[in-house]
Amino acid sequence: MAFFQLLLSGISVGCIYALIALGFVLIYKATETVNFAQGELMMLGAFVGLALMQVAQLPFLVSVVLAIAAMAAFGVLLERVVIRPILGQPQFTIVMLTIGIGYMARGLVTMVPGYGSDTHALPVPYKGQTWNLGGLVFSVEQVVVIVVTMLLCLLLYLMFSRSRVGIAMQASSQNQLAAYYMGIPVKRLNGMVWGLSAAVAAIAGLLLAPMTFVHVNMGFIGLKAFPAAVVGGFGSLPGAIVGGLVIGVVETLAGAYLPEGFKDIAAYVVVLVMLVVKPNGLFGGAMRKKV
Amino acid sequence: VRFIFKTNYAQDIRIVKHGGQAFWYGLLMVALLVAPWLVGDYWLTQLAFILIYSIAGLGLMVLAGFTGLASLGHAAFLGVGAYTQAFLLGIGWPFLLSLSCAAALSAAVGVIVGLPALRVKGIYLAIATQAFGFIVEEVLARWESVTGGNSGRNVPGVQIFGFEIGSGEGFYYVCLAICVLCTLGVLNLMRSGTGRAFVAIRDSEISAQSMGIAIAQYKTLAFAISAALTGLAGALYAHKLRFISPDQFGALQSIELLLLVVVGGLGSIHGAFLGAIFLIAMPQLISLSKDFLPAAIGQASGLQGFVYGLVLVGIVLFEPMGMYGRWLKIRTFFQLFPFYRKGMFKRQKSFTKSERLK
Repeated sequence: MAFFQLLLSGISVGCIYALIALGFVLIYKATETVNFAQGELMMLGAFVGLALMQVAQLPFLVSVVLAIAAMAAFGVLLERVVIRPILGQPQFTIVMLTIGIGYMARGLVTMVPGYGSDTHALPVPYKGQTWNLGGLVFSVEQVVVIVVTMLLCLLLYLMFSRSRVGIAMQASSQNQLAAYYMGIPVKRLNGMVWGLSAAVAAIAGLLLAPMTFVHVNMGFIGLKAFPAAVVGGFGSLPGAIVGGLVIGVVETLAGAYLPEGFKDIAAYVVVLVMLVVKPNGLFGGAMRKKV
Repeated sequence: VRFIFKTNYAQDIRIVKHGGQAFWYGLLMVALLVAPWLVGDYWLTQLAFILIYSIAGLGLMVLAGFTGLASLGHAAFLGVGAYTQAFLLGIGWPFLLSLSCAAALSAAVGVIVGLPALRVKGIYLAIATQAFGFIVEEVLARWESVTGGNSGRNVPGVQIFGFEIGSGEGFYYVCLAICVLCTLGVLNLMRSGTGRAFVAIRDSEISAQSMGIAIAQYKTLAFAISAALTGLAGALYAHKLRFISPDQFGALQSIELLLLVVVGGLGSIHGAFLGAIFLIAMPQLISLSKDFLPAAIGQASGLQGFVYGLVLVGIVLFEPMGMYGRWLKIRTFFQLFPFYRKGMFKRQKSFTKSERLK
């Protein structure tokens, strides 16, 4: 029983990793750049939600929707203002740029007086409730995380396979130049992908907030989502979900059964093994540059 | 306007290009040598930190700037060097011997980290090195019999051939000597065949390979050299601080080192020094400016991180060659005086070339 209990909490943590990894992968697939500020976007989303609930006193659902919408707009803005001018530069440039954005986001939030430097609890209606089901204790927070992640995956799947925008995004991610010649507005799509990814990050932040707390450094969890994205194969959406779950479960089990200290590095050990054994990840395609 | 007419190859690869350079670098050397008499203890300490960070920056520059392999885990090498030095001095080894051991052990660790670099590149390599950095930090925190764990450990003072060096002026000269040696070493490396191979790998791996450069060998070598230099810097860093704990060698330190080379200017040796000056001087400037800013901004704890981020974003957007690139433009302007054109350093735009070709 204890094992299944651990598995459950591992899966719910894994879902958070998966959601952040999903944000990485969305951007990577579409624009072939890696957003190191994804964790900070998540932190911003949680703070926006908190501000809407506590300062503006809006009801829970309204503020969640508003926070997600605000972050989506922020993502579009970010792409337009800083990412688009350096499109076509080496990957490393954009990595440094997003690291800089992460620094700025953390610094700005810390500078908000009375709010930024403290930890806050997000007042969600389902806080602290548990269900008892055949010896397993389901905390509602964990169940909400898992259910929302599943719904979001379904939604994204439908979007990418059925909607016009989604198919255009797929085309542009496979070959930007060809997509551009086909009349797909690649630049606008890139902006939308950043918006989508920021929205996913905001959802992850709002889901994570009841389990941990809202604070400036909660974005560092994004560093563990990298291994998730790599394990799944950086360019694959299902891979991000599976990778997140693998990392979450391995980490939780390592925390329970291995000596102290292994919990914190389990994710990194997994990713190093993965990179040595199968660098393209579980779902990644072969990559070989042709001349 | 200066015009150098090169007539043979030896002249082309000379370290000192012309008399002006000899004069200015000589002047800089003299200024650094007499610095202990000119500035106070506090600024001497800052100067020593700049020298130490410059060595680490040179290390990362060899890897990221010249070989084109981005590392997000370089603080790990700094940590390995620092702890090796502390441990070996603790069991009574002499300073210079343990210093070389610190560099050698870091190089060995660098070779191990370089192994995944043979199979992965780009963003995957960055993540692999970052993962490695986390693991080393955790090992440093848990291996208590050697490292003292999270409570940290003290580092004994420097003794060379029985002379007590202390941590003030004497140690400054030790740093200066090592820094000058490292700089000359890297300068020589970059004009040798090995250095040329590194640059060729950076510019195009495939064309380097087709020119007969053994990619795996040179990448491993680049990792080893880079790690050795960073380990050396780590050993000096440990001495300077006198007290080390694992959290000084975490992910943030790695990112700061990367910030150093990017702000200074990727692919230039000057960049390592300019970046180190930036990294050390920035907190000072911020604390000086606090008196002039309104209290709500000046006293906020996030100001430093915000400024770092702002500078990084600004550099990437407007000056991709970093501070050295800016200096290069100014210098070119005066060298070519009436003939400088605006587009001389213009970046070439290109379509994003996919790394995952089908």
